[in-house]
Amino acid sequence: MWNKEFMHPYIPNSVPEVRERMLEEIGVKDIEELYNEIPEELRFKGAMNLPEPLTSEYDLKRHVEEILAKNRSCEETVSFLGGGCYRHYVPAICDEINSRSEFLTAYAGEPYEDHGRFQALFEYESLMAELVDMDVVNVPTFDWCQAASTALRMACRITKRAKVLVADTISPNRLSAIRNYCHPVVAVGLIGHDPETGAVDLSDLQAKIADDIACVYFENPGYLGFLETAGETIADIAHGSGAICVVGVDPITLGILKPPAQYGADIVCGDIQSLGMHMFFGGATAGFIATRDEEKYVMEYPSRLFGIAETSVPGEYGFGDVAYDRTSFGVREEGKEFVGTAAALWGITAAVYLSLMGPQGMFEVGRTILQKTRYAMKRLSQVGGLRVPRFEAPHFKEFVVDFNGTSKTVEEINKGLVSKGFFGGQDLSREFPELGEAALYCVTEMHTRKDIDGLAEALSGVLK
Amino acid sequence: MYKLGLIINPVAGMGGRVGLKGTDGPETLRRAIEMGAKPAAHLRAAETLDRLKPLAKEIILLTPPGRMGGDIALERGFATELIGEKGKEETSAEDTRTAAVEMLELGAELLLFAGGDGTARDVYTAIGRRMPALGIPAGVKIHSAAFAVSPASAGELTSLFFRGPRSRLYDAEVMDINEEEYRAGILSARLYGYLKVPQDRRLLQGRKSSSPASDYYHHEAIAQDVIESMEKDVLYIIGPGTTTGAILDKLGLEGALLGIDAVCGGKTVGRDLGETQLLELLQGRESRLIITPIGGQGYLLGRGNQQLSPEVIRRIGKKNIIVVATSQKLNSLMGRPLLIDSGDRAADEELSDYYQVITGYHERAVYRAVSM
Amino acid sequence: MTPGSGERRMAVGRTSKLRNFHQAKWDEEIIFELSNPGERGVIPTAAEPGIVAEVGDGISAIPAHMLRETPPALPEISQMRVLKHFLRLSQQCLGADLNIDVGQGTCTVKYNPKINDVIAASPKAAELHPDQLEETVQGALEIIYKLDLFFREISGMDRFSLQPSSGSHAIFAMASIAQKYNETHGEADRRDEIITTIFSHPSDAAAAAVKGYKVITLYQNEDGLPEVEALSKAVSPRTAALFITNPEDTGIFNPHIIEFTRIVHDAGGLCCYDQANANGILGITRAREAGFDMCFFNLHKTFSTPHGCGGPAGAALGVVAHLADYLPVPLVEFDGAKYHLNYDVKHSIGRTRAFYGVFPVLLKAYSWIMSLGAEGLKQVARTAVLNNNYLLKKIRKIRGADAPFARGRHRIEQVRYSWEQLTKDTGVTTEDVTLRMADFGFHLWSSHHPFIVPQPFTIEPTESYSKEELDEYVEALEKVIEEAYENPDFVKGAPYNSVVHRIDQSTFDDPEKWAVTWRAYLKKHGKR
Repeated sequence: MWNKEFMHPYIPNSVPEVRERMLEEIGVKDIEELYNEIPEELRFKGAMNLPEPLTSEYDLKRHVEEILAKNRSCEETVSFLGGGCYRHYVPAICDEINSRSEFLTAYAGEPYEDHGRFQALFEYESLMAELVDMDVVNVPTFDWCQAASTALRMACRITKRAKVLVADTISPNRLSAIRNYCHPVVAVGLIGHDPETGAVDLSDLQAKIADDIACVYFENPGYLGFLETAGETIADIAHGSGAICVVGVDPITLGILKPPAQYGADIVCGDIQSLGMHMFFGGATAGFIATRDEEKYVMEYPSRLFGIAETSVPGEYGFGDVAYDRTSFGVREEGKEFVGTAAALWGITAAVYLSLMGPQGMFEVGRTILQKTRYAMKRLSQVGGLRVPRFEAPHFKEFVVDFNGTSKTVEEINKGLVSKGFFGGQDLSREFPELGEAALYCVTEMHTRKDIDGLAEALSGVLK
Repeated sequence: MYKLGLIINPVAGMGGRVGLKGTDGPETLRRAIEMGAKPAAHLRAAETLDRLKPLAKEIILLTPPGRMGGDIALERGFATELIGEKGKEETSAEDTRTAAVEMLELGAELLLFAGGDGTARDVYTAIGRRMPALGIPAGVKIHSAAFAVSPASAGELTSLFFRGPRSRLYDAEVMDINEEEYRAGILSARLYGYLKVPQDRRLLQGRKSSSPASDYYHHEAIAQDVIESMEKDVLYIIGPGTTTGAILDKLGLEGALLGIDAVCGGKTVGRDLGETQLLELLQGRESRLIITPIGGQGYLLGRGNQQLSPEVIRRIGKKNIIVVATSQKLNSLMGRPLLIDSGDRAADEELSDYYQVITGYHERAVYRAVSM
Repeated sequence: MTPGSGERRMAVGRTSKLRNFHQAKWDEEIIFELSNPGERGVIPTAAEPGIVAEVGDGISAIPAHMLRETPPALPEISQMRVLKHFLRLSQQCLGADLNIDVGQGTCTVKYNPKINDVIAASPKAAELHPDQLEETVQGALEIIYKLDLFFREISGMDRFSLQPSSGSHAIFAMASIAQKYNETHGEADRRDEIITTIFSHPSDAAAAAVKGYKVITLYQNEDGLPEVEALSKAVSPRTAALFITNPEDTGIFNPHIIEFTRIVHDAGGLCCYDQANANGILGITRAREAGFDMCFFNLHKTFSTPHGCGGPAGAALGVVAHLADYLPVPLVEFDGAKYHLNYDVKHSIGRTRAFYGVFPVLLKAYSWIMSLGAEGLKQVARTAVLNNNYLLKKIRKIRGADAPFARGRHRIEQVRYSWEQLTKDTGVTTEDVTLRMADFGFHLWSSHHPFIVPQPFTIEPTESYSKEELDEYVEALEKVIEEAYENPDFVKGAPYNSVVHRIDQSTFDDPEKWAVTWRAYLKKHGKR
């Protein structure tokens, strides 16, 4: 039986006197009557076996913090983990803005009373546009998996073809999500790679490209950290068959590395987590998709696109939805996907980040990462038994360390490293069995020389 | 400056007020006046103009003088250019047609007409689909889809057409009602033609969904779906309508826009067929009937389609009826069922059912059709 | 321009609930317009001299053709100015915390407890990497696992995944599960149809279409409900699944829901429950007893996590026991002592997103449930229903308003109303009312697909607002309608106290004129 005495700060009208007045005004005796549309046989007669409520805020805080205390964070432990989730520095203003109630609790208001939200997201689109050098960027989607999946299906709708080719060095997790998203309408094929450099095997691509291929997709840098230096060639091969070139990037590279649009990419996608988001156990992701400002591309975005316009007052700007009606229909088209709540607040955060960093900041952070990555590769290659980097290629932020020359498995090594205060690179032995005992190490601008030297020392210790 | 045409049928709606259905023909009009009917269409038009007041400075009204528009336009303070003959007391359908043609020639961007189905027919006869038009309802019950829901809404649509997000035009049915029969309680609505009418896109999907699309898109999608499942040796009878017409377009065939065509194996087997020809064609072969609801009231089968007689439908068979319609069309019915009135009560009862309507490529809607 | 009446007082004991509101209006530039070459917002850390000595500038190792030739044209702005800019934008945004946000019906905009945001900001949540060894993230895994258990109780389903990023994403996962299920049973070729209803979220149809399904939509009857007879017409040996919301966005509960699930089961289909509208039925009626095989909840709606301008969000996706083998990997298991990630899910659809789910959202939902408990959740539901029917009573009295369907009957947690009569009488539309409500500091959402209910607006009060606040909202609505009948042109010219004036939407559909980014705008409108 419902406890009439239960009062809770989140439920103002549970005060009995107020409740009575409201019931009177409605004209019913009690709330039960309001549920009379629900047939008896559908009424839940049991009890939900949930823990006793912690109605005191302090009790609640203590309880949850006790659980969280069982975690060991990357603030206490130096982490070299990456693989799609990165510890980059988050400027204080990023957290300040994305914790403002006005933004945090807004949702779907009009571009009048929510003008600020529209402008912030329009500015996000615009700032990303400069970074990727393209004129159209969407309001964020869930993550890179979704952005890539949608980019591939957009390519299919644009070219009216139903097959895509994906570089096989892609993260198996991302590939799994892409496969699920494409199946059964779009067929996903893989392109091989050069075992030495990790780069896309161009002859394999030549063999597989055909006029029923909608697009070729690769990532730069790839999941395993190496740069793809033949991007332009890949794009040319794709274009030669009327296919679209789709490239995935981590935007934090683009202050210093060439944006894919400048070497032939038609659709660019990726995740903006690096631009001002804390890691949150892999939960603070947001995907972006960018294209040229051509009708046939714009019409294929499933997501909303915010555009700028004038108002009835000269000099005043307003915002709204661009290309509201998508008018192209392709043979065997299965609709233009779905859209829902995704990751807008992270888009606003990225806007703040890019505004703070500016072109100089983006260049500097890119340079620092390049330097520290290089330094780490150098230091680790000095540790006996390691082959660093595993791939003969330029690297940004991440690289594979080959442990096959040691007597230990990565699992053992990482366990050893933890006890020494380090989170070692991610174990690749299951994701890429052909690499054997290998791990993906990530170095960002936040790693100090001491961290890196410490890692090298710890590894030496563990490998003894 | 926006050039807006305005034609008022001064006698529209007079019959209804005194219990007569329509004022088609001078005899009925005379009776209506005897019974005390007063002209009211100009008041409906005035309501529409009131909605356009915020735009008044940017509009120039092209309109005939006197009761066909000039009086109300000047009274409401609009910049007005009078066209046609001055000083005519009694106006007629001929005047409507002449005025419409002149507005077309003068480059009016949109033609507003206040009246009923008869007025819509006159406008259509004059300009066809050469110029956008929109009806201000002022007759009795209206069957054509070319009308706004209310005079105020007509003003709203006009405002959106000039000022709003790029407005879309769609083909709205103009219906021909046999007024004699109608007064006797029988509705025979026949498809007469199409006017290009500004579409209220809010009938389309709202912001919670991705990619709402135009009629053109949906017609393509529906046609693709239908064509993919067409069987080689089966005869397809294709009813009137733009949605069904799109199927013929996609097959690369010429269609009788207002009539019935027959297709088999991707080729035309008969055009603009009458009942007898249809019965002959249907003799001893498997067939399907592809139809789409017509008019603002959603007639799936109406007595106006004399070609699709109860006998024709019986020969085809209920299970072989394929219904196509865009979701916009279904939504515009606001929950009202599709209507069936073939002329044979028993047949209508049998045909009343839920139908799986093809609304897009691999999209269906289950919608109810009832007998009148 | 001063709107309407002048009877407001600034003194205590004012008689009218209407506020003399004006939204902050900064006339703030677009960020690029604030740029001054040379200004810096934040300076990233540099490599230590020791590192530079060893590796140089790091750039020469990169092939020249891979380097950026010209820097990105990002603005250069000092730190305080960036802060000021975005703070001003935030002031021009009407978050739920600031207003009485009952007007965004279907979105369940309720109170997002600040304590949950505080907790989630802890480094013990924010600075966790998903690939850390399991023993270092036992707390995070515990949260996810316990949410699984909570939702089993709330819904009666047997197993939950907390991976999906939103409601739409959960729908997509359900469609994927249905497909995989049919594939393992050799029926995927035959079962290629999914049935949904016209008032369901468009994602129900759209996500199914992504998976190649043919979608059959049931239209409503005069009661606003899908008919059993219509369902019978749609169901067949080709049916893979039914996707349905109950109550629907109209707020009307479908009492025949159990017949719906029975009919679909008889045909061999699966029943998937879109529980976006769960706020009024927590602990009152459950997915299990209604016969569903799958269901999901929106954490950013019913479970209080903030909407964030449109995300991040999250969903809890639940299934009956025999479908647990199909859930996305990894699942979180507990062996009595330790939590671990299980990738060995026999027929899993694989992954639907990166890593395990939107963790900060999961943490806040966990916290909210712990604060309320079973009794609290039921009280949330009951109070939401009380508030909704209270508003129904009052709004139906407003001239020009109507609540179509289910006349004289109670609704659950929201109502879809119509301003059709108002529009017929005055020409004022639902959009106009929306914009005039902004002048009082309120949202009133008019964009509900599709406009089968003419001139629609949907009110969903949730349990969060007091009676006074509900009265204030109604009073504002009454005021706007009064204005509409007296002076429709005035209402049609709104908003007056908001951030900007009427936006010229004519360029948004024209490829020559639209501009999704500032650089596109400058190019097309020659404003360099």
